[in-house]
Amino acid sequence: MEGWDPKTKSTLTQIPLLTTKAGPRDGAAWTQRLKEEYRALIAYTQMNKSNDNDWFRISAANPEGTRWTGKCWYVHNLLKYEFDLQFDIPVTYPATAPELELPELDGKTQKMYRGGKICLTVHFKPLWAKNCPRFGIAHALCLGLAPWLAAEIPVLVDSGMIKHKDDATTSNES
Amino acid sequence: MEVELKEMLDDLLSLRQSLSDPSLHASIDKLQLRVDRLTHLAKSVPVRRSKVKDMSAEVVDSNPYSRLMALQRMGIVENYERIREFSVAVVGIGGVGSVAAEMLTRCGIGRLLLYDYDKVELANMNRLFFRPEQVGMTKTDAAVQTLSDINPDVVLESYTLNVTTVQGFETFMSSLKNKTFRPSKESSGVDLVLSCVDNYEARMVVNQACNELNQAWMESGVSEDAVSGHIQLLIPGETACFACAPPLVVASGVDERTLKREGVCAASLPTTMGVVAGLLVQNTLKFLLGFGHVSPYLGYSSLKDFFPTMTMKPNPQCSNAACLERQKEYILAKPARDAAAKAKMEAEAAATTAAGDMPLHVDNEWNISVVDDNEPAKSTCGTSSDALPEGLTRELPSADEFQKPQASGATDSAIDDLEDLQRQLEALNAA
Repeated sequence: MEGWDPKTKSTLTQIPLLTTKAGPRDGAAWTQRLKEEYRALIAYTQMNKSNDNDWFRISAANPEGTRWTGKCWYVHNLLKYEFDLQFDIPVTYPATAPELELPELDGKTQKMYRGGKICLTVHFKPLWAKNCPRFGIAHALCLGLAPWLAAEIPVLVDSGMIKHKDDATTSNES
Repeated sequence: MEVELKEMLDDLLSLRQSLSDPSLHASIDKLQLRVDRLTHLAKSVPVRRSKVKDMSAEVVDSNPYSRLMALQRMGIVENYERIREFSVAVVGIGGVGSVAAEMLTRCGIGRLLLYDYDKVELANMNRLFFRPEQVGMTKTDAAVQTLSDINPDVVLESYTLNVTTVQGFETFMSSLKNKTFRPSKESSGVDLVLSCVDNYEARMVVNQACNELNQAWMESGVSEDAVSGHIQLLIPGETACFACAPPLVVASGVDERTLKREGVCAASLPTTMGVVAGLLVQNTLKFLLGFGHVSPYLGYSSLKDFFPTMTMKPNPQCSNAACLERQKEYILAKPARDAAAKAKMEAEAAATTAAGDMPLHVDNEWNISVVDDNEPAKSTCGTSSDALPEGLTRELPSADEFQKPQASGATDSAIDDLEDLQRQLEALNAA
């Protein structure tokens, strides 16, 4: 965990850790894991709200809890940039981390695989593997997506690859 | 088209005969030459060869299998035609997988199962197999198009899906189990799975499927800097599975940034990918047709032209439950395996003595005798088989005690209803 800022570290320690090692094919054990996922997500969302650092919405898109959709946003120069967020729980979960996707940014940055999967190889996946099965979706958002947004969005905005939605509409009208 | 041209030629001839002015003959001759050339061109338009019922060893230009069947005459392969009974699944039709599939197709493999969800892009043109006019097609469709042209005898099945998703995995598993091609085959419906994917997640998925199905598979990979690669044979329970040893960055705790450069775009070379595909299919042919030595692991480091090999035993504390099951089965089957090996050795010995009761050497001036390799060498420090020779140390610490799952008593007071939890998160999301 060297190289991480103290704020992320202290946030991380407050997200409940998970105990059940189960994937979507494990029946009742997966339901147990899903409960733990929800508890961690609830705690993390509550924490973000109370710290005035709310930055994502995520909910299961199917009853099995294998597909998740929502939104995430990042504030840069006092402007809010919001993106669709989606991912599947892989069959080998939690041995392998979910591949977080921001489909709107597909093709706009090099730090992304096809289909808008953000690149987590360097900063996140080794950490995930070391902490299996204790890390869950909430940890993936905190340690995978949040630093990626913080590193990429300013670059994308400054290089003109993405525009704020107000700018985009005004330029369309004019 | 040929008929049209023939008619045109006839017309020209009759025109020439009907013309009285000989000065026009020269230009008609020229026209006739052109039609001849066109006819020739029309004849060279590619024709699909028809299917071949039996592989023949007959040496004629029109036999697609003469050079392969010659392997029998050369004493390399006992029965090459068996290749038509085998099914091979290729997961990932990229730089390695597509070339491996083409090699197997040209070798006349019985059945190929192809899995990929990507499309062909211009950025793939630095690799072999796919052509620029196939850009935009799914890799599976483009591969079937090319492969069925090359060898219509091969049964091709293509699956355009992502094996890491729950749904994709189910289709993947059922396609491997399907035994309609050769109903008499034991266990799964394929003889070998080749993993030619480009990421850790997909490799773990192939590993999971093969451990559950007790299916032998081979893993292949090319490094991100395009100058090294490897192939590995994985037999569940017998050799290490893909989850038995954690990736280097996880196990050793080295800084990942020293291993990987910034940016996602990996380098690739047609040469390295071709070499790795060649090594992979060569090992596949040896495995299926039973000749030579099948490498358990073969590395390729192109900068030094270094080819390391090694064997990896399974990890008794592997995190994959199916791997542990296969390991248990393998250990339980040891007496049967030993008996079979002994019977084979005895049969061979009997065959040699039957060949001639003459002593191998008439005289033995230097009293040379053969000593059994299996006899334990008592002179070396016989503590345990784990002891390393002097001067060597283990890179990783020995494994911790197996972690017992903690009894979760603390969560008793917490809400234990999934729907309640869902509602709670939705309420937070709505706020």
